[in-house]
Amino acid sequence: MVIQCAIIFGCLALGELIVWLTGIKLPSSMIGMLLLTTLLSTKVIKLKHVEGMANFLVKNLGFFFVPAAVSLMLFFDIIKAQWLPILLAATLSTMLVIVVTGWIHQLMRKL
Amino acid sequence: MEYLSNMYFLLALTFIVYAASQIIQSRTGWTILNPILVSAIFIIIFLKFTGIGIETYNEGGKYIEFWLKPAVVALGVPLYKELSAIKKQFIPLIVSELAGCIVGIISVVLVAQLLGASKEVVLSLAAKSVTTPIAMEVTKAVGGIPSLTAAVVICVGIFGGMTGFKVMRLTHIGSPIAQGISLGTAAHAMGTSRAMDVSDKYGAFASLGLTINGIFTALLTPTILEIMGVI
Repeated sequence: MVIQCAIIFGCLALGELIVWLTGIKLPSSMIGMLLLTTLLSTKVIKLKHVEGMANFLVKNLGFFFVPAAVSLMLFFDIIKAQWLPILLAATLSTMLVIVVTGWIHQLMRKL
Repeated sequence: MEYLSNMYFLLALTFIVYAASQIIQSRTGWTILNPILVSAIFIIIFLKFTGIGIETYNEGGKYIEFWLKPAVVALGVPLYKELSAIKKQFIPLIVSELAGCIVGIISVVLVAQLLGASKEVVLSLAAKSVTTPIAMEVTKAVGGIPSLTAAVVICVGIFGGMTGFKVMRLTHIGSPIAQGISLGTAAHAMGTSRAMDVSDKYGAFASLGLTINGIFTALLTPTILEIMGVI
């Protein structure tokens, strides 16, 4: 457990370091994720040294943002004031993403 | 009544409400009863009813939120496991995901701007297609409102899961891989769970879709927003 946390938090800390050093506009957690994948595929880290904790975290991803969703109550006013653009933009764009991704994938497979 | 604002009580309440919501969703099988949505609505009503402020709730809540970043790092493990599947179909996957990602960001920004949304709202919508922790991180990075993004991401997930297969039937997207990655790309984990209902193959490609679009969205959103002149 401690080793698994050391690896995951180590990758996160490296991600933070990269953001701090370069000022890159990327989340440190995403950089940490790519670092973890790289370390696994280059066999620097074995899957068993990180898998248990990683599965636990990924499985409970949803739970970890309940407080953020609760904080939504602070933004009722901004949502209420702009509900139409938010609703229409999100739904139209979601349908467009489904269609474009699917079409292009089918097209590429035929080529 | 003062006890109700105790940090450990509020943490316990959050765990219990979430566990109950998960049971309710698995019993009913209704996508709309998303545990995050149900828990958040319950807790918001509880806080309004008892007059406890969000700051008090977050004294405990921050310990839950703390795990978001390590959880995103942990997504590196499923990504590593999918590497051989990604390599086999590398070009079709990358090109279609890239197109879906770019179209998703540009279209949501354009429609929102056209309908007069404020800059903060537009920035919060850009990453709406990807899984919440990533979307919130992206929104934080570009200067939007992460909580608004969380709400929109949940709505997008519910909407995509409910309408996805209908939209694909109407537009003749029939191949299981195309359907899987489309759902994962457009509607993240909730689209993936809908794809899992149909078969594991759909689900596997949906999780691939959500992972790749998560990375693309994190990498490209700031640049696309800069090119569009939003930031």
